[in-house]
Amino acid sequence: MRLAFTIAVRFLRSGRGQTILIAIGIAIGVSVQIFIGSLIQGLQIELVDSTIGSQSQITISNKLDDALIDNYDKLEQDIDDNYESVRFVSATADGPALLSLDDDSYSILLRGLNFNIADGIYKITDKLEGNLPAKEGEVLIGTELKEEAEISLGDELLLLSGEGKRETMKVTGIFDLGVANLNKSWVLGSLPTAQNFFNYEDKATSIEMQLEDVFAADTLAAEIQAEQAGTLTVDNWKDLNASLLSGLNGQSVSSYMIQVFVMISVLLGIASVLAITVVQKSRQLGILKAMGIQDGQASLIFVFQGLMLGIAGAILGVLLGLGLSYAFTTFALNPDGTPVVPLYIDPGFIALSAAFAIVVSTIAALIPARRSSKLNPIEVIRNG
Amino acid sequence: MANVIELKKINKIYGSGQFQTHVLHDIDLEIEDASFTSIIGQSGSGKSTLLNIIGTLDQPSDGEVWINGMRTDQMNKKELATLRNRTLGFIFQFHYLLPEFTAFENVLMPYRIEHGSAPKSAVERANEIMNLVGLEKVKNNPSGKMSGGQQQRTAIARALMNEPKIILADEPTGNLDSDTTEIIYNLMREINQKIGTTFVVITHDRRIAEKADRIIEITDGRIVMDI
Repeated sequence: MRLAFTIAVRFLRSGRGQTILIAIGIAIGVSVQIFIGSLIQGLQIELVDSTIGSQSQITISNKLDDALIDNYDKLEQDIDDNYESVRFVSATADGPALLSLDDDSYSILLRGLNFNIADGIYKITDKLEGNLPAKEGEVLIGTELKEEAEISLGDELLLLSGEGKRETMKVTGIFDLGVANLNKSWVLGSLPTAQNFFNYEDKATSIEMQLEDVFAADTLAAEIQAEQAGTLTVDNWKDLNASLLSGLNGQSVSSYMIQVFVMISVLLGIASVLAITVVQKSRQLGILKAMGIQDGQASLIFVFQGLMLGIAGAILGVLLGLGLSYAFTTFALNPDGTPVVPLYIDPGFIALSAAFAIVVSTIAALIPARRSSKLNPIEVIRNG
Repeated sequence: MANVIELKKINKIYGSGQFQTHVLHDIDLEIEDASFTSIIGQSGSGKSTLLNIIGTLDQPSDGEVWINGMRTDQMNKKELATLRNRTLGFIFQFHYLLPEFTAFENVLMPYRIEHGSAPKSAVERANEIMNLVGLEKVKNNPSGKMSGGQQQRTAIARALMNEPKIILADEPTGNLDSDTTEIIYNLMREINQKIGTTFVVITHDRRIAEKADRIIEITDGRIVMDI
């Protein structure tokens, strides 16, 4: 073992130029893998975040009877207590209403929220002009509605419910959720505001949740359905966004494909260079065999070479990949200073690509190792 | 004295069908322990093939090879490698040192092949051998950066490292000048007398061959003279 290792080190050192070239080859493969992987992961995280990051990921609603949920605060509490991975859980009371302004009327959705928690889901305060409603009868409107209906902060709005109820509410703030449709149709008030306006009494229309791991939404939803919801319906974002999911999947698959083919080309590169090394070192192998080195030991020399090249290449590749990622996020910026594509640096993924490169290099070395084991010393001795 | 090498009816045929070359014909040969034998002959006479068969690097097409009381023509590759490592030392015309290692490391190599690493005792022994062949001053030079004579002396030292019973040398002075040739032969002879290692040396230099205990001449794959 130790002798094979020593010989491998000396062989690598004697062909220094060649060694550096292969190590760089592996390093480039690893760095491309890390860069592409981080890029795709970053893209996906951003896409998921921008599409479902600011909305309910699991929603409990009542699709029977009056569409209302009794005892919502108990259910809310139970979910909060029993499911670690639920980050926020918040009851809402929603209903359609008409906003009447001068001669025009706008159809809106009045949503009663518990702002303390719901802000975690919708990030309302991130881009809020004005203040959150402090008491009943105060509401927030979206930027689109503000533009369209020419409403300003502090205005009083007349709302009409489907049942003919009329109520005036005061605008205390303008929100921007980043989705035009929501900015146009949502009017947000406190839970009691909506409950009283729609005569829901002490009931809610839905319970909304946001999760630690958005991709666990379907399994978690099934658990909640089975354990808590009873006759209520539990929906999750995955069921409602099948096309987004298949898009993400496609992206992941193409990213894996690129990574696999990069690694295959690295493997072929190492194998061919090491095969040349066997020919270059056949004289040495011949004399070692004449001196009685076992075939297994002779093969081990090349396996060690592959292993060492893999380790050197992996370390170099990780540095290069991180450097490339850093340069990309530092120099390719949007006008507002945020990176064009946010990379997601996942240490686990980087460790995996490094380990993969080392394994691949060692496997690549098995081909020349086999050749060296077959080499007959007499061929070298006879041919000088 | 006992025979350390015995060849019985050795035939060696290269190629097949029409292009067959019969290199060795029914060679019977016995070589005694601690003897110094030289083999002479024209190029292409089969003397190198004979030496390679004795050294288990080549296999006879037919016949029996006994080295140190063990039959080698039926051994597997692993057993042969072990036998070569412990019982046989080789010296070739083109030295065949490992250029990636120093002279000293080359000498130590047969020991490391057998044991993996080299303890103090082995290092001391290698030093002694280096002194014996007169290389103590250049022992840490890279083996590729020494003169031909120094390289060949290193090869001799390496062949001695595992205290083999037999050293096989194929024109060890073939590309050395006559002064160096003299030194190398005297050195081999000295080792033969001091340690009792059996030497079988191929040479084309009759002057040198005459210094051996026994001279074998091979022509066209047959022993034509044995004195």
